[in-house]
Amino acid sequence: MGETPLVNLTIDGVPISVAPGTLVIEAAKQAGVLVPHYCYHPGLPVAGVCRMCLVEIEKAPKLQIACATTVTEGMVVKTQSAPAKDARKSVLEFLLINHPLDCPICDQAGECELQDFVFQEGRSGTRYAEYAKRFNPVEDFGPDVLYVPNRCILCTRCVRFMDDVAQEPVLNVSERGDRAYIGIHPEARLDHPWAGNVVDLCPVGSLLSKDFLHKARAWELDKTASVCTGCSQGCSITLDTRDEVVVRVRPRPNLDVNQYFICDHGRANYRWMNRGDRIEAPLVRRGGGESELHATDWDEAFARVLGILRGASGKAVALVSPGASVEALSLAKRLLSAFQWTGAFQIVMGEEAPLAGVPNLALRAERAPNAKGAEQLGYTRDYDAAVKAAESAAVVLVLDDPDCPVQTAGALIYAGTVLPPETACRAAQVVLPIANVAEEEGTFVNRDGRAQRYFQAKPAPGMARPAAWVLGELAAALGVAEAPR
Amino acid sequence: MGYPHKPHPKETVVLSQYFGDPDARTFKGWTKRGGYEALAQALKMQPVEVVEVVKESGLRGRGGAGFPTGLKWSFMPKEKKKPHYLCVNADESEPGTFKDREIMRWTPHALLEGTAIAAHAIQAEVAYIYIRGEFTEPWTIMEKALAEADAAGVFGKIKIVLHRGAGAYICGEETALMNSIEGKRGNPRIKPPFPAAAGLFGMPTTINNVETLTVVPHVLKRGAAWYKGLCLSNPKSTGTKLFSVCGHVQRPGNYEVTMGFPLKDVIYDMCGGVPAGRTLKACIPGGSSVPILNREETERTLLDYEGCVATGSMLGSGGIIVFDDSADMVYQIMRLARFYAHESCAQCTQCREGTAWTTKILERILAGQGKTQDLDLLLDLSDNMTGKTICVLSDSCAAPVVSGIKKFKNEFEDYIAGRRKPMMVA
Repeated sequence: MGETPLVNLTIDGVPISVAPGTLVIEAAKQAGVLVPHYCYHPGLPVAGVCRMCLVEIEKAPKLQIACATTVTEGMVVKTQSAPAKDARKSVLEFLLINHPLDCPICDQAGECELQDFVFQEGRSGTRYAEYAKRFNPVEDFGPDVLYVPNRCILCTRCVRFMDDVAQEPVLNVSERGDRAYIGIHPEARLDHPWAGNVVDLCPVGSLLSKDFLHKARAWELDKTASVCTGCSQGCSITLDTRDEVVVRVRPRPNLDVNQYFICDHGRANYRWMNRGDRIEAPLVRRGGGESELHATDWDEAFARVLGILRGASGKAVALVSPGASVEALSLAKRLLSAFQWTGAFQIVMGEEAPLAGVPNLALRAERAPNAKGAEQLGYTRDYDAAVKAAESAAVVLVLDDPDCPVQTAGALIYAGTVLPPETACRAAQVVLPIANVAEEEGTFVNRDGRAQRYFQAKPAPGMARPAAWVLGELAAALGVAEAPR
Repeated sequence: MGYPHKPHPKETVVLSQYFGDPDARTFKGWTKRGGYEALAQALKMQPVEVVEVVKESGLRGRGGAGFPTGLKWSFMPKEKKKPHYLCVNADESEPGTFKDREIMRWTPHALLEGTAIAAHAIQAEVAYIYIRGEFTEPWTIMEKALAEADAAGVFGKIKIVLHRGAGAYICGEETALMNSIEGKRGNPRIKPPFPAAAGLFGMPTTINNVETLTVVPHVLKRGAAWYKGLCLSNPKSTGTKLFSVCGHVQRPGNYEVTMGFPLKDVIYDMCGGVPAGRTLKACIPGGSSVPILNREETERTLLDYEGCVATGSMLGSGGIIVFDDSADMVYQIMRLARFYAHESCAQCTQCREGTAWTTKILERILAGQGKTQDLDLLLDLSDNMTGKTICVLSDSCAAPVVSGIKKFKNEFEDYIAGRRKPMMVA
């Protein structure tokens, strides 16, 4: 394999070697230097319009924009020289003259690149005194997007996203000069299944999510790396929580899966994580003829389950959610290893919605994050057959699948986040409360076979524990697995 | 001045020979006058030979930048792997400039012939002539001329297409013009890539001004040496140039002179000087985008690329705007700034916000509400707007502001100090 020689250059005194064709702004990142910028975004075509990333390059007659200049051998880049800093300071001044400075009521405050860079290197006072600022009313762009033109700095990231990535060109720059604003096609709405990304791409508070509007201040949020459960694509996301409530889902860059984007389905797919009607304690059957489920402690619940498992033999069926972690699914299978085992899951299907500009990225029709992981562990998609087999099984384990229509002559163990409705699973001998995806850490395998870890964003309610812990304790007691740490 | 009128004895008439002669507009009339002979000659030559002749003539772009034409053509790939395009910039929108309009009005075939020769030289199969939207009469004339020439089949395999703009100044910027032809918003593109590498539709493209291409048939017919000999001052500036004179002169209009001709002779002799009883105050020699000259500078400026730089301005497009002592320079500069604020494409921050802010400050000074620090602020903003954007519209707004404050500071100070009656500018 022929290796392309690297290009050597110096950025702010830091020597660095990068691949030929690298942009100065990307090379600077590798040298640990953030060149302030607005219009540049690695997931979009280069526009070179905000002029914020002007840097001094030795031997160049004037300042160059780092976002549109490719590295050359021996290049010496200075981002902190007086001319470069003066140029950025003036861009910030120009950007602010028509900006309303309404940070106290702006959703972007705290994560606003205009705010950040002005604090970092802008002017402390204005020279644009006594003139009226440009005013345009707020516009409703689409189901989840509001446009606040007064805050807009016309970086055109949103326009380029819709043109080149979503490839549904409904946004444009309308008018010219300082009258310019982002326009939307008069007969169109910003309702593309991936349109919500414009809110994340917007470096200021000009494009807002209606869902997140005035919900929290950025500095109140805790951010946790997670994986989207909306479909089998497995997009990397960040769960933003405030006071242990998930309030926002945002894409987390992952060049191998979702680049910088997530779909609107995934973005909206978090409210269930905050459900209040959760099972908060293990439940076991008591009363006359064991007719009622009663709350108990983990010791008794485990003793009951172990009693069932040790006292039975023959067939065991596991009916599981394809949204359960690899760890839980693996332990659920191991727990029943003394039996003649069948495992199955069913997937909710929806419409596929690709993002045209990114290869192999779509909201997938299979709306489950870990179907591939379940299959790799031996669970099958033949759910109906497994439900049928469960009728004559000695033990049936249902894992977070509350609507499962199972009827069994044997013992039914239900582990789940919510109590099954008045259906078949309500007949369980034991109910084990487990954590949801936001409350545990675990692994999903996406449709391409990529195993990805997700982390705990908030505590589980009451006595609920991660499924992997619950099943792990039981498996350890049976001697088929090591005790969970 | 309207045509027909006799050329001034000091003019060197090459391009404007048939201005005012309606018969020269027709294909028949044009061929009778020796038209399309140069094209026939060029089509028998190798493209590279045509490029060499034009290089040798010293012809430089007449649109404003003055880039050597032959050199520009030679940037096109020698080995043709993709379609090549020629764009003709007939979007003449520079305030004070109206030479290309007259070329198209009176000698449409001269432009078509030059276009076809250039297309041959750069191996382009299609040439687009991008005509300014407001040019109704030139458009009609060009359409008719093209139809006649097409019917006569003089262009061989070369296809010439007329494209009408919608009147945006910025579409005269070469890459914005290409975007406009492609049906996109007329925004200048970042360079590199330069048009010779990736221009119109992403293909190798050359773009030339109307006047530049109209010169080419003459160069081919009469030879590079003849053209090179047309030079009164610096040998780097050759040939003749059309100058559009407007403002405070007795006889405004287009005048064709040899490169290096004194600016004062154009103003005083050809145009009859400023109106009686007035004196010359200032002059913009090359269209609104170049620095303003005061009287002393004007009177020693020689009209070629180097001569205008020597006195602190630029030859630009050759649009000469003359101001006599009745002109209010603050108002004139505000009008220029307002034009640029109106025409800014809104891409680059400095230009979008800076042109408008500059205009507001100038309006406030004119309204008698200026502050002492406003002049320093204007100079600082102009500095921040110069050399930092994709195209030079922002620089063009700054040039007259900076030179105006430097040379006519007292007029600004009179408004600020209240010595001059405020003007209401809406």
